[in-house]
Amino acid sequence: MADTLTADSGTADSGTAKSSSTAGTRTARRPADPRRLARRRKRRLAILFVLPALLLLGALVVYPVVFSVGRSLFDADGDRFVGVGNYAAIVHDPATLKAIRNSTIWVVVAPLLLTGLGLMLAVLTEKVRWATAFKLVLFLPMAVSFLAAGIVFRLAYEQDPDRGVLNAVAVGVHDTFDDAAAYPTARIREGQGLTGRAGGPYSTEKGVRTGGSVSLGFVGVAPDAVPAGAKAAAAPAPAADGIAGVVYLDFAPGGAGTPGRVDPGEKGLPGMTVEAVRDGRVAATTTAADDGSFRLTGLADGEYSVRLPAANFAAPYQGVNWLGPALVTPAIIGAYLWVWTGFAMVLIGAGLAAIPRDALEAARMDGAGEGQIFRRITVPLLAPVLTVVFVTLVINVMKVFDLVYIIAPGPVQEEANVLATRMWLVSFGGGNDQGLGSALSVVLLLLVVPAMVFNIRRFRRSGA
Amino acid sequence: MRRPGKTTRRTAATASAALALALGATACGTATGPASGGELSGQTVTVAGVWTGSEQKNFKKVLDAFTAKTGAKTVFVPSGDNVSTFVGSKIEGGNAPDVVMAPQVGVLRQFAKEGWLQPLSDEAAKTAGSSLAPVWKDYGSVDGTYYGLYFKAAHKSTVWYAPQAFAQAGVAAEPKSYADLLKAGRTLADSGRPAFAIAGEDGWTLTDWFENIYLSQAGPQKYDQLAQHKLKWTDDSVVKALTTLGELFKDKQLVAGGAQTALGTDFPSSVEQVFGPEPKAGMVYEGDFVGGIAKDQFGKKLGEDAKFFPFPAVDGGSAPVVSGGDAAVVLKDGKNGKAGMKLLEFLAGPDAAEVWAGAGGFLSPNSKVDLAAYGDDTTRDTAKSLVAAGDSVRFDMSDQAPAAFGGTKGAGEWKLLQDFLRDPSDPQGAAAKLEAEAAKAYGN
Repeated sequence: MADTLTADSGTADSGTAKSSSTAGTRTARRPADPRRLARRRKRRLAILFVLPALLLLGALVVYPVVFSVGRSLFDADGDRFVGVGNYAAIVHDPATLKAIRNSTIWVVVAPLLLTGLGLMLAVLTEKVRWATAFKLVLFLPMAVSFLAAGIVFRLAYEQDPDRGVLNAVAVGVHDTFDDAAAYPTARIREGQGLTGRAGGPYSTEKGVRTGGSVSLGFVGVAPDAVPAGAKAAAAPAPAADGIAGVVYLDFAPGGAGTPGRVDPGEKGLPGMTVEAVRDGRVAATTTAADDGSFRLTGLADGEYSVRLPAANFAAPYQGVNWLGPALVTPAIIGAYLWVWTGFAMVLIGAGLAAIPRDALEAARMDGAGEGQIFRRITVPLLAPVLTVVFVTLVINVMKVFDLVYIIAPGPVQEEANVLATRMWLVSFGGGNDQGLGSALSVVLLLLVVPAMVFNIRRFRRSGA
Repeated sequence: MRRPGKTTRRTAATASAALALALGATACGTATGPASGGELSGQTVTVAGVWTGSEQKNFKKVLDAFTAKTGAKTVFVPSGDNVSTFVGSKIEGGNAPDVVMAPQVGVLRQFAKEGWLQPLSDEAAKTAGSSLAPVWKDYGSVDGTYYGLYFKAAHKSTVWYAPQAFAQAGVAAEPKSYADLLKAGRTLADSGRPAFAIAGEDGWTLTDWFENIYLSQAGPQKYDQLAQHKLKWTDDSVVKALTTLGELFKDKQLVAGGAQTALGTDFPSSVEQVFGPEPKAGMVYEGDFVGGIAKDQFGKKLGEDAKFFPFPAVDGGSAPVVSGGDAAVVLKDGKNGKAGMKLLEFLAGPDAAEVWAGAGGFLSPNSKVDLAAYGDDTTRDTAKSLVAAGDSVRFDMSDQAPAAFGGTKGAGEWKLLQDFLRDPSDPQGAAAKLEAEAAKAYGN
């Protein structure tokens, strides 16, 4: 690269020398026009100065773009011309369509949210006392690399509340208001007198007459999940005035015992809520004692079904599945907001400082409320800054890669992919189909172009 | 405020670990052993391989034994994970290693197709022929030429379990059939300990599940055809195997924490769920390397706190043995190809394998290796089962497939089996999707 540069500038030099000598001979024949000569020399000099930059641009931007466009017309190996085949594949490949959908969500949502948040924070920080410190803290994430931010958020979004901060909060808050069920894993043994869907409620298959007794066996409770106070279960003695029974763990250590019977070594399940139900109405409710026994009293004579409500078996609250297929893109956008809010805020804050104070004062004098001032004066005056922030963010969001690549776990990677990650994965991440990858990069380029053109136009206008 | 602080510390730890890894990877190979007047004294054999850490250390012991025998100096060069890129650039640069330990059959085939490999010498082929089952020769050959000598093997048909959990649940006998396995699993669940920890976040563990079931249920012939995509994934045998697998996946008692949790569990965590301090499951299926993790990371004693049984037979087939291995190949462009071939001849004999077997973390497909050389009973049993399986051993199907289908995170077979784990209700549909992806990747 450096060699060609020097060589080129060398020829350019000699070219200038030669032409000036021809100009010299021409002077002898015709009356000279020094102004034209000077202009021509000036233009040559300009080209000479621009040349290195042009060469660099050509080698690093124009050549790769042209090459990619060409490459996108060939197949994976690069030997066979397939025309627009790769572009057709983009439209037909569901994984790529998902990436396009996600990119659209990103481009629409992220810049809007960021600009809005930035504007809000900029206006608010202007009015607090510790504005600088506040701004500094909000701007700090900009100093964190996407890779590091990705790792941090991957951890924060973990499903397991012991590892993921967000779910630790979610579960903590949830459990403060809603107690966890006593036996989330317990379930009935099939064909032993109880029926019900997994997770409860379970009720007896046959009705139980008052004066009768039932034993309700459960399995699936780990030995260390049985409350410490639980005692060995005992078969209940029938009660005259109601229904007696026992709720017990129908599983003795080592698998001994007969299913459906209270065997020695099997423990009661204290705290289980039991109901007697007739005609869909709960007639009596009680809780099992330490040995699992219970007594439903005060029942009118007749047949009841004994029911264990689902509340006994509710699965513990797992928190939010942040990195599941549905929430993964919003979650990653959240991480992106964390990184970029500071940028939007500082830029908009600078614009805010430049707004003429007298306009605001005048409005206040005229009795405008703060909301009115914000809507009618601040935002319109800030519009140019807001547009710059918005367009810059659109371009930035288009090429988001690291966060998506790091935060999305394997199983949902396809659901989280954006065009940039999809392009990379298709080209280098296993498939090695650089034809399709090039086609994707061309699509990405075409999508960025309008934003670029818009930005350049704006720069021109403000320069003029 | 405490939690974020904790997270940052963990990140810092991760970052420094990554840094340490990177430094380790760039560290150059080290020469071993002085030349003593053997037949190859004065020559240097360069060996490239993916091995790091203790595997590298133990392989160097094998190289030392070679040095002691022949007098040739040996240099081990770590290649990093991407062996083909590494070797390709070394050949371009005129600095090719003499011997490469190819970690997958796909890599070996790729090298052969590029024309980089020397066929095995008659001596090496003869030694190998007398001690390795013919299937290993087949996997070491490309278009009828024998290039790769399988030295180290993996046994991917072992179900690991916590004996305490089995005792607590009263499961006395190790399951001998898939139906028994599910039954034992349900008994385990009755005792309050879910049956299987499944590492759904790592797609390759799911492909291994499928391969074991398919190999046993459909038989080796169909397995080979499917591996080469001569059989379509929409074949009834595939749908049947997926249905069989789905029987396990859809049962909430059998999958620890349900599919949702399984999809958030990576392979090391799945081992932790069985052998870690807070056990959440009774069994974990994967290769012989599970034992190594249980032993090294969780301090379990193999054969006492951590046991395995062979993956049971499915529907009356014979029990599957899915395997994989590292094959030694000699490059044409190496400077000391002859000495390299001598190294292969050495690796083909039992002495070399016994050196590493004694050091641990190693299985040899070589039938002449003295089983007494292995350090513990559990490893001995896996080695025995691998050698006894003889010709019915099959290589990991996803390793044989193009990477786009069988080896890419979040795509192809990995992704589709993950989707199947999330919702196992439609084996037919899953098979159709697998076929579509396979057709794209194989291009046939």
